[in-house]
Amino acid sequence: MTRELGENDGPREQAVVRSDQPLGNRIALQLDEVSKEYPGGVTALRDVNVEVPAGDQVAVVGPSGSGKTTMLSIMGTLERPTNGEVQVAGHDVGSASDAELAGLRAYEIGFVFQAFHLQESMTAVDNVALGMLYTGRPLKQRRVAARAALERVGLGHRVEFKPKQLSGGERQRVAIARAIAKRPMIILADEPTGNLDSKSGGEVIGLLHGLASDGATLVLITHDEHIAQGFGRRIQMRDGEVVRDESK
Amino acid sequence: MSTAAATLPRRERTDTARLPPHELVGSALQGLRTRRLRAALSALGIAIGIGAMVAVVGVSSSSQANLLATIDSLGTNLLTVSPGTTFLGANEVLPDTAVPMIEHMQNVNSDVAIYQISGASVLRSPYVPSEQTGGIGVDAAGDNLPQVVGTSIVSGHFLDAVSNRYPQVVLGAQAASILQINQVGGHLMVYLGDTWFSVIGILKPVLLDSTLDSTVFISLPVAERMFQTQPNPSEIYVRANVNDVAQVSNLLAPTADPQNADGVQVSRPSNVLEARAAAKGQFTTLLLGLGAVALLVGAIGIANIMVISVLERRSEIGLRRALGAKRRHISSQFLTESALLAALGGMAGLALGAGATEVYSLAQNEPFVVPLYALVAAPAAGFVIGALAGLYPATKAARLSPTEALRT
Repeated sequence: MTRELGENDGPREQAVVRSDQPLGNRIALQLDEVSKEYPGGVTALRDVNVEVPAGDQVAVVGPSGSGKTTMLSIMGTLERPTNGEVQVAGHDVGSASDAELAGLRAYEIGFVFQAFHLQESMTAVDNVALGMLYTGRPLKQRRVAARAALERVGLGHRVEFKPKQLSGGERQRVAIARAIAKRPMIILADEPTGNLDSKSGGEVIGLLHGLASDGATLVLITHDEHIAQGFGRRIQMRDGEVVRDESK
Repeated sequence: MSTAAATLPRRERTDTARLPPHELVGSALQGLRTRRLRAALSALGIAIGIGAMVAVVGVSSSSQANLLATIDSLGTNLLTVSPGTTFLGANEVLPDTAVPMIEHMQNVNSDVAIYQISGASVLRSPYVPSEQTGGIGVDAAGDNLPQVVGTSIVSGHFLDAVSNRYPQVVLGAQAASILQINQVGGHLMVYLGDTWFSVIGILKPVLLDSTLDSTVFISLPVAERMFQTQPNPSEIYVRANVNDVAQVSNLLAPTADPQNADGVQVSRPSNVLEARAAAKGQFTTLLLGLGAVALLVGAIGIANIMVISVLERRSEIGLRRALGAKRRHISSQFLTESALLAALGGMAGLALGAGATEVYSLAQNEPFVVPLYALVAAPAAGFVIGALAGLYPATKAARLSPTEALRT
């Protein structure tokens, strides 16, 4: 194994192998002929085939209603496909129980949402620590990791601030810290800049690039062509289908 | 290395999501803390219900404790000896030797006998028809009756040496009120039999034997002279040594009538009163039922609040699912929240009920008693009720689709 993303809680830097180094044939996400239909006959995804090797950075673009978010939800095991096979971090989602999928999300997947979803009553550090709640690690340890993650996103001076006291860009950086603090294999971001002005949006994207290049797999939904250009691989969707999948 | 092995993540073992119990409680408390006012208001319903129940139990225990304390102060060492009935239902008669025999017993501190005078009635004047006795009985009694049965005089004094020679009478508490005499003085007389008797005293109620209250007392020599009363006691009151009550009680019958011990009935009045005190607690069932209704209303209030809370916190639920919460984690979080809320309500109710009991016992000058079990039962009842009330909202929360929840 070339990657060594161990259990140690120290700074990640030493433990990480850059993504441009050989990764073997490890696959982070694999969607095989995946379809998703909702009750009422709405087809959100139709025969989607996507394979994301570990460490890749992928932008998903497409108009609204094209199935981007549904695909991300399936990648994040929040939803199961109607048809097809999904493998996430080596686990077959189809045969996994609710508890097993929850475990997968707790350890291997970090989400970043357009609406941040921060808990207003909690400080930044506790919001980030909440991201590791379901790993069963003690609060003290989680807070240490949370502080480190906040340092990494440049909010070391804001750890005791509540979301209301932070700007939009800062809030999204707290949310990113929450996603990366447990050092997941996969980071899934759904329009993370959708609620931000272009300056803080740019900062957030830069941050995600930097964090993911430490070895995590990043799948990011955006409608911003400019942001998508910054990714090595872009998946274009329309009407629930992948219409283009190009790599630089 | 096979392909399957190559796609395995960095952990070979599959970790499952975990939520240690203290973190579960922490999450639930966090949920309550962010909505303090609402939590307090919905817990209030439970607090009132449990408070009402604690107060009912507390007030009845307090008055019960008061009664028991009164009984205690009157002494539980009083025994009564009376003639029983024969096998065929006829009344037995105590021998006139019973009193001196008992007086010579060991461990008997004091004793007094009363002798029923049949056929005599007490009236305010000879013009009142003699049938209108008002249920007042006439007894001859020894001059230490008040001391032995544990009562005292409201007004005047009890029978004494003078009463052995002259027609004097002392009234029991109820007899006095029937005759409408509330204090002695002047030349207050009652018409007893066919003689005027001067009233020399009125007794306080006798808690240990209330039959004495509706009786008037004259001395035995006067009774023998005027009513030909036989010296066979109708009742003997005996004070035993506190530590030897059982032993004295066993020996009383054969001592009173060695020839016919079976015809003698011995009882301990304090036992009867204690049983009555215990029974008094049972009257609270109806009030407890009212408390239960208040609790039910409180439980519905909590269920209602939790349903609203689940609707409002959809995004939090979605987030937690995304962060790795199992369905069971979500349901147990809401269940714990609801149970803790009601348990806090239960504790507040305990304080409320104890406060009400304290106020009552101060007002009634009774000892303050809240049964020990209430200290555990009040919060525990709240906890259980809260858990039941939270069942439906918690299931609803766990069933929420995470993607839908995150969309809001």
